[in-house]
Amino acid sequence: MKQLMLGNTAIARGLYEAGCSVVSSYPGTPSTEVTEEIAKYDEVYCEWAPNEKVAMEVAFGAALAGKRSFCGMKHVGLNVAADPLFTISYIGVNAGMVIAVADDPGMHSSQNEQDSRHYAKAAKLPMLEPSDSAEALEYAKLAYEISEKFDTPVFIKTCTRVAHSQSVVTLSDRVEPPVKPYEKNIAKNVMMPGNAKKKHPVVEQRLRDLAEYAETSPLNRVEMGDTKLGIITASTCYQYAKEVYGENASILKLGMTWPLPAKLIKDFASKVDKVIVIEELDPFIEEFCDSIGVEVNGKDLLPLEGEFSQNQLAGILGMEVPEGVSLEENIPVRPPVMCAGCPHRGLFYTLSKNKCTVLGDIGCYTLGAVAPLSAMEVTACMGASISSIHGFNKALGAESENKTVAVIGDSTFMHSGMTGLANIAYNQSNSTVIILDNSITGMTGHQQNPTTGYNIKGDPAGKIDLESLCRAMGINRVRVVDPYDLTETDKAVKEELQANEPSVIISRRPCALLKTVKAKPAISCNPDKCKGCTKCMQLGCPAISMKDKKATIDTTLCVGCGVCQQLCAFGALEDGKND
Amino acid sequence: MTKNIMIVGVGGQGSLLASKMLGKLLLTQGYDVKVSEVHGMSQRGGSVVTYVRYGEKVYSPVIDEGTADFIISFEKLEAARWVPYLKKGGKIIVSTQEIDPMPVIIGAAKYPENLIEKMQEAGADVDAIDALSLALEAGSSKAVNLVLMGRLSKYFDATLEDWMEALEACVPPKFLELNKKAFELGRNA
Repeated sequence: MKQLMLGNTAIARGLYEAGCSVVSSYPGTPSTEVTEEIAKYDEVYCEWAPNEKVAMEVAFGAALAGKRSFCGMKHVGLNVAADPLFTISYIGVNAGMVIAVADDPGMHSSQNEQDSRHYAKAAKLPMLEPSDSAEALEYAKLAYEISEKFDTPVFIKTCTRVAHSQSVVTLSDRVEPPVKPYEKNIAKNVMMPGNAKKKHPVVEQRLRDLAEYAETSPLNRVEMGDTKLGIITASTCYQYAKEVYGENASILKLGMTWPLPAKLIKDFASKVDKVIVIEELDPFIEEFCDSIGVEVNGKDLLPLEGEFSQNQLAGILGMEVPEGVSLEENIPVRPPVMCAGCPHRGLFYTLSKNKCTVLGDIGCYTLGAVAPLSAMEVTACMGASISSIHGFNKALGAESENKTVAVIGDSTFMHSGMTGLANIAYNQSNSTVIILDNSITGMTGHQQNPTTGYNIKGDPAGKIDLESLCRAMGINRVRVVDPYDLTETDKAVKEELQANEPSVIISRRPCALLKTVKAKPAISCNPDKCKGCTKCMQLGCPAISMKDKKATIDTTLCVGCGVCQQLCAFGALEDGKND
Repeated sequence: MTKNIMIVGVGGQGSLLASKMLGKLLLTQGYDVKVSEVHGMSQRGGSVVTYVRYGEKVYSPVIDEGTADFIISFEKLEAARWVPYLKKGGKIIVSTQEIDPMPVIIGAAKYPENLIEKMQEAGADVDAIDALSLALEAGSSKAVNLVLMGRLSKYFDATLEDWMEALEACVPPKFLELNKKAFELGRNA
C-alpha cells in the first residue's frame, strides 16, 4: 500500500525490512526520528547511547557478532564518532552495518554547516544519498547488501529536506537474514600496526571495487533530455533541478556519492554541450569532476552556503522567477524562545543578574543567549562548556574564577561533559559547573538518556545519579537547587563562585513540556496592583506581555511556575485559580 | 501542474497535525504528495512553516516565494511574514489570533497594526477567521488546526466524507468528536 512517509521514517522502515537487529544512536536534529521510528518494531533491539562514538561502537559490535546493525546521528555527531569510524573501515563488518548521517544545510538546528561527504572520502567508505522517502527506504535495504558484499560499513547521508520531508513509499515485509557466525580472526580484527598495514591495501582495493560497482549500479542513473545542458546532481538538489528544468536538460542523478563513477561521468559529459554540478555546501562532486578532467560549472555560479530551492536555482541560472505579493511592512522577527515555565529561565535570570560570564553548551538552554536574558556568551560543541571553563580559568585565574560558570544539560553532560569534569577534578581549576538537569534530552524532542531512568521505549532502565557521579569524580562541592526558587538559586550561584575549589550545581527541575509534569493554574495580573514597572519582563517569558502599561498573562501559555511572582515588588502577579 | 499549500504559525500551535491530515487527504485523491516540515522542541515559540505540494508528479519538497496557491496561517503576524510566498491570485486563510514575538514582548518592536487590511491592499485574497474562539467553542484552544482545516475544505473539491476519513486517521479517538466539531465550525463559519 502506498503511503506518505517522513524520510527518516522511511530509512527506519528500510532498515526494518532488511532485517536490522541492533540499533544504537544519539539523537540529533534532523536525524532523530530514524531511531525513534525503528524503536517501534519489536523485532529490533534499539537504544539511545550516551553519545555517537558509543553508538557506532555498539553497532560495530553487533555487526561483528553477525547481526545487521545501525547507528544514526547528525553531521556534528559524526565528528564524535570519527575515531571508531576510520578504523572500523579497516576491519570491516561481518554482518551488514549502516550509518545514517544527516546534514543540515541552512542550519535549521545546528551550529555549523559541515558537509559529511568528506568523511566518506576520508574514511574510504561508500556513501548513498537518497533524494526522497522512496529512495530512503530502498537505499537503506541496498546499503546492507553493499555492506556485506564489500565487507564495509555503509553511509546513508540525508539532509534536512530529505530527513524531514514526507513523500510516497511502498512497503514490503521484513526478511530475517541468517546470523553470520562470529569467528575469531586476530589478523582481521585487531588493528595493531602489523595487521593494519596489511589491511590498508585491502581498503584501497575495496574502494576500487566499489568505484567499479558505482559505474553500473542502479543507484546512479542518467535521465537524458535536452543535451544543451547536462546536470550532475544528488540528494534533494536533484528534485530542485527537475523542478526547474524538467526535460529541458539531461541529468546524471547520483545515488552513490562516494566513490564516484569516473567513466559514467565522462560518458555523460561527452553527450551534452556543457555540464553543471548542482550540489549544496562544498564542491565535492565538482572537484572530483575536475580531478578526472571533466570540465564543469558549479560553485563559480552556485553558493557554498545554505540550502538551495527551485527559485534560487532558476534565478542564478537565468530563468524566470515567480513574483509574489509584496507587503511594505516591517515584520518583527520571531526567534525560538524558552517556553513558558522553562526551568532554565530562573537560572539564566540569576546568572544574568550576577553578571556572570557564562560558557555554554548545546541544548535548549543555548536560548539563554537570546535577549532579554542574553546570559550565555559562548557555545561551540557538545561538552565544550566544561572543558573550556577550565582553560578560561587557568588563563585568567582569580580574575575569572569568581564570576565564570559553565552550563550544560543533563544529556549533554552524559554525552561529552564527564571527561571535561574529570579534567577539572584532576588538574584542579577553581571552576563552577552548572548541570541543567531537566530530566530529558529536550532540544531534539524529548529523548531519554542515562540520567532519566527510562529507555527509548519508555520502560524503566538504569539511572545514573549525577550527584554521586560528580562526587566520585572528586568534586567535593556538589549541590542541588530548584531553579524555580530564585532566592535559593541566587544563593547557590554566589556561594559556589566564591568557593576556592571546583564545584558543581545541579539545577534540577523537569522540562515543563514533559507529559508527567502537571501545570499549575495560570498566574493572573491584578491591574490595580501592577505599576507597569516591567520588572517581570526581564525574564523573557513568552506568556508575559505589556498591554496598556500593565503586565498581562497569556493563560494559554502560562504554566504557573511562579518565577515572575518572585520578581514583582507589588504582589500584582497572583496565583491563578483552577478553572 | 503542482499545487502549493503552506501552513505557517508559531511553534507549538499544532501545524504538524494539519499537514499530516492534508497529506493523507491529498493522497486518497490520487495525487503525488510531498510535505516538508520543521521538527524539534527547539522550534517552540519560533516562526514555523510547513510546505504541502501535490500534483501528478511532485519534485521539490519546498515552496518558494510567489508560488503558494494557499497559505494557512495560525497567527496574524505570521501571515504577513509569509505572504510574499503567495502567488498572485492565491488565497490566504488567517487566524486573527495575535501572539507577541519576543522583540514585541521586550518592547524592542511593535506588533504591526491593520495587517489584514494591508495584506488585502497588497493584492492578497485574505480570508480572516477567529479560529481561536471557534476552537474554544468546540472545546479546546488546541483545536485551532482543525478549525483552519475546516475553513480550507470550503475551497477544495474533496467531499466532506473524504475530509472526515483523513481526520479520523490523524486524530486519537478520544478527541475525535471535539475535532470534528472544530472542523465543522471552521467550514461553516
